[in-house]
Amino acid sequence: MSPTQWDFPVELCCRPMAFVTLTGLDVVYNAVHRAVWDAFCANRRADRVPISFKVLPGDHEYPKCRPKRTSYEWYIPKGILKTGWMNKHLNLVPALVVVFYELDWDEPQWKEKQSECATRVEIVRQSLQGRNTKVAVVLIQKKTPLPPGEDVVASERAAALCNACELSGKSLFVLPHTDHLVGYIIRLENAFYEHAQTYYYTEIRRVKSHKEFLNKTTHQLLFVRHQFKIAFFSELKQDTQNALKNYRTAYNLVHELRAHETNILEIKTMAGFINYKICRLCFQHNTPLDAIAQFRKHIDLCKKKIGSAELSFEHAAWMSKQFQAFGDLFDEAIKLGLTAIQTQNPGFYYQQAAYYAQERKQLTKTLCNHEASVAHPSPDPLETQTGVLDFYGQRPWRQGILSFDLSDPEKEKVGILAIQMKERSVVHSEIIITLLSNAVAQFKKYKCPRMKSHLMVQMGEEYYYAKDYTKALKLLDYVMCDYRSEGWWTLLTSILTTALKCSYLMAQLKDYITYSLELLGRASTLKDDQKSRIEKNLINVLMNESPAPEPDCDILAVKTAQKLWADRISLAGSNLFTIGVQDFVPFVQCKAKFHAPSFHVDVPVQFDIYLKADCPHPIRFSKLCVSFNNQEYNQFCVIEEASKITSLDLVLGSEAGRCVILNWQGGGGDAASTQEALQAARSFKRRPRLPDSELHWDSIVIQASTMIISRVPNISVHLRHDPPALTNEMYCLVVTVQSHEKTCIRDVKLTAGLKPGQDANLTQKTHVTLHGTEPCDESYPALLTDIPVGDLHPGEQLEKMLYVRCGTVGSRMFLVYVSYLINTTIEEKEIVCKCHKDETVTIETVFPFDVAVKFVSTKFEHLERVYADIPFLLMTDLLSASPWALTIVSSELQLAPSMTPVDQLESQVDNVVLRTSESASECFCLRCPSVGNVEGGVATGHYIISWKRTSAMDDIPVISTVITLPHVIVENIPLHVNADLPSFGRVRESLPVKYHLQNKTDLVQDVEISVEPSDAFMFSGLKQIRLRILPGAEQEMLYNFYPLMAGCQPLPSLNINLLRFPNVTNQLLRRFIPTSIFVKPQGRLMDDASIVAA
Amino acid sequence: MGWILVTSATVILFLQNYPLYIRSVPTENELKFHYMVHTSLDVVDEKISAMGKALVDQRELYLGLLYPTEDYKVYGYVTNSKVKFVMVVDSSNTALRDNEIRSMFRKLHNSYTDVMCNPFYNPGDRIQSRAFDGMVTSMMIQVC
Repeated sequence: MSPTQWDFPVELCCRPMAFVTLTGLDVVYNAVHRAVWDAFCANRRADRVPISFKVLPGDHEYPKCRPKRTSYEWYIPKGILKTGWMNKHLNLVPALVVVFYELDWDEPQWKEKQSECATRVEIVRQSLQGRNTKVAVVLIQKKTPLPPGEDVVASERAAALCNACELSGKSLFVLPHTDHLVGYIIRLENAFYEHAQTYYYTEIRRVKSHKEFLNKTTHQLLFVRHQFKIAFFSELKQDTQNALKNYRTAYNLVHELRAHETNILEIKTMAGFINYKICRLCFQHNTPLDAIAQFRKHIDLCKKKIGSAELSFEHAAWMSKQFQAFGDLFDEAIKLGLTAIQTQNPGFYYQQAAYYAQERKQLTKTLCNHEASVAHPSPDPLETQTGVLDFYGQRPWRQGILSFDLSDPEKEKVGILAIQMKERSVVHSEIIITLLSNAVAQFKKYKCPRMKSHLMVQMGEEYYYAKDYTKALKLLDYVMCDYRSEGWWTLLTSILTTALKCSYLMAQLKDYITYSLELLGRASTLKDDQKSRIEKNLINVLMNESPAPEPDCDILAVKTAQKLWADRISLAGSNLFTIGVQDFVPFVQCKAKFHAPSFHVDVPVQFDIYLKADCPHPIRFSKLCVSFNNQEYNQFCVIEEASKITSLDLVLGSEAGRCVILNWQGGGGDAASTQEALQAARSFKRRPRLPDSELHWDSIVIQASTMIISRVPNISVHLRHDPPALTNEMYCLVVTVQSHEKTCIRDVKLTAGLKPGQDANLTQKTHVTLHGTEPCDESYPALLTDIPVGDLHPGEQLEKMLYVRCGTVGSRMFLVYVSYLINTTIEEKEIVCKCHKDETVTIETVFPFDVAVKFVSTKFEHLERVYADIPFLLMTDLLSASPWALTIVSSELQLAPSMTPVDQLESQVDNVVLRTSESASECFCLRCPSVGNVEGGVATGHYIISWKRTSAMDDIPVISTVITLPHVIVENIPLHVNADLPSFGRVRESLPVKYHLQNKTDLVQDVEISVEPSDAFMFSGLKQIRLRILPGAEQEMLYNFYPLMAGCQPLPSLNINLLRFPNVTNQLLRRFIPTSIFVKPQGRLMDDASIVAA
Repeated sequence: MGWILVTSATVILFLQNYPLYIRSVPTENELKFHYMVHTSLDVVDEKISAMGKALVDQRELYLGLLYPTEDYKVYGYVTNSKVKFVMVVDSSNTALRDNEIRSMFRKLHNSYTDVMCNPFYNPGDRIQSRAFDGMVTSMMIQVC
């Protein structure tokens, strides 16, 4: 965009830098000079001094300096600041002129060269007459200079040259053209910078010196001007602190000026300039709050200074520019590292700028609505001789006139007219949209989604005014859903109204219909008369006719639109539209409801569709379509499947005209209905009673899905069995299926076995078979599926036997599932229904019996360990745990190789029947030959019991239960003692007892034997003896006991002491021999004899 | 010089960001106020989320000045149940300082509580209460 009247001049917005001109450089033809110039201007980064360089010819004419005023007494200023002043000091009047001259110290023609140089300097001085601009000379030399003081010729000639050129030594520089050019250049420019600063310092002093001549009445303008100049020079001098201070003073002085309609623009322009500088410097100094405060003050001071009412749009334009410029400054500062916040960011300034731009447009509309016949005045009062203004902010037709009275009111009128005519050609919408989009970008950054939406609405409206309806519609459509979802119906209605206008003007059929639908709906806050107008239009559109124009539309645009609509009618295009309603709030509401949450297959599924129209007039729909997720629903019987209404279509209009299909996804409901349903559900409001046929809309709850479940089976399934099951037995389960259907049922299938979904270990340990005669092993499944059973006629019954083998105890769930097909007739249509019935049963499995095994000595004493080669007894005890009688078919003892039987191992319990809690025992005599020391004992073998239920049929296999016998610890013993004695004694009858002592070791053993007397016996034999027994040998001891008393009497105890094995105690050995004996009383005859004898 | 006093106090209550009650004086240009209040919710949301983070004194319900526009000041207040009150006043009305605004909000809150206590009021519905209307009106008159 070309700069407009309101844009700030570039010289104001740039960063002022010291201006230095370089002369005597031939940058086009001289390579050395070119290199020098490049070194000056290339790579000017922030670390280099702020100077703007310019190459000029040595005889360049600088702007003339006006003769200095000696007195301000009669001087009346014509304006505040000349338009050319800033540019003059930035780009035209240098702070320093540098004369480059090629001259070496050992130049042979020194004299000539010296004077030529002096002439050049003189020429420069001539053109700078009256200015304080410094002059410096740089000698470009081919040789590297010697260190200072060493080259005598050089210092002599340097002094001479300074003298000839009237230069101070500080202004003469040498630039050796060597490798280190950039380094020399940087040193040079630092020196130049110092000179420039001195120059600007003197300029500031010079301007300040004028002050004392000024008086407050006539020179008010000069106060501002001088203050501004001081500040500007300070900026050139890079003294920003002082610059800021002086700008602030200048700002206050501007507002002290006497304002009048004629000069208000000039004052505001200058105030705007100075304000801009202050804010800029504040941001630069990283004091953003100062900048904001200054800007607020500025706006508050200037807001009401509107000036001429006929040109009030100028004020709006100016205000808009102020905000925009501040926004730009703020944004720039953020880019350099400042952080902004949600409530203080550039967006607000752009937004305000846009607001003023809108106001400017409004004012222009009212103030510049001249008739077409009014031509731009000629000659143009806005033209000036030079093409530019002399002073900022003055009127071109009365420049430099300070009087508040209008000398020529006619001229003033023409001038104002010219400005108004000019304003008419401004494209306001473009300005507004640019500002708004700037603001949008900012608010997006600072988490203000609603602000962003609001601005986008404004943008859309502005596009609408600018007749760019496509863009307008795009923006409005984009933000609409935000307002809809937040439920701001007033705002939504307003946006929709604009959108409807746009779609009307573009004859966008689908959009037009969509917006109309929503504007007629319950979310719209339009009045009824508006709604009825829109509805009429909608009906017209559906009849393939043109709608009436929307109110407040541009007349020309309406004409174009009417033509477009007429074209639409004649054009044979698609007139069928499908509009999905779930994203907006249309004027028809729809609810679908199944009567029940589930239906059986052979029952008709019933559901209701409720429609509610919110529009003011009746409306006719032509069709209602309901779609289900399964489109072929009616043809097949679907079992166990949820049926869902996926969409509802309502057709508006007819095929002949235009047709609109309103499409609800699911069982109805739109963008607002969820919230409404929630509110309705919460409400305690009592609804008045209605006749039975009517319903309250709010009380209708959408039910868009229903379960379709299979037909109720009409068969009975019975299970017959005798629980509990016994481990590993073939458990018999009898399934009885009886049909109660009225017709024949086909394809009856049985699935039976362990119910899936239980512990995985159960599946491993449960096996099902149909054949009970053969034992089933691991390969049999846990569940038998789909066993075909055949057909069943009404009332028929069938029985199926099932055998289950449970390997482990515990409870199991068994499933028996019977399915079948049946033909039924529903609403004169024959369908095949699949029905099923299932039964589950929990069966407990228990051990059939408990087996207890124990080792006992031949004396039936409990043994913890057995002794090698000495016989012992193994006793088994079978205790029935089954509630049913068991038949022990046989039992078998399988001995381990380490055991040998003492006698035959025949089963003693063959064909024994055990009832609950009865037990059967067996006893086997065994011997264990000597084995070494075995850890954990010696294996004994297995005990195998073959059994079955007593009630089981003969063909049921016998079950063998194997019991592993416990290990036994075998120990060696050095001496074995056993006794030979009769099974009983008789009082006073001799009782011979023979003790056998057997040496089981490889050693000769010393044995001490003694017999202790007993009261019950007299005895003969060795009472105490010490003897030796050879290895493997046996010693016999014979005693004759003579019982004295009847009853169970302790025998005289035999004490054996093994001298070699002190740890084998007497007690241990005595366990092998009987300790008592039953003594019978004397016979009667004998008894008398003995009494006689006594 | 004539006096033009445009004092507008828009009082609004919210639940879940849709208006429960909205009233403005003057009634022309109502849409502008609606937009202003709607956009101010950005700041309210931000303040509430900041509050949650910082766990500041939860009993301070007054959110203060939300943001100043050129001509109006927007104040916010949020109840513990996150019902938002927003008030827009003319920025030239210097009589209204923070304290006055705060007490006005408190009054509003009390009145709102009364509405909520009505067993026939369904929370979330647009407020239609004569007592509440009266209170708002009296507050607006006092401001003007």
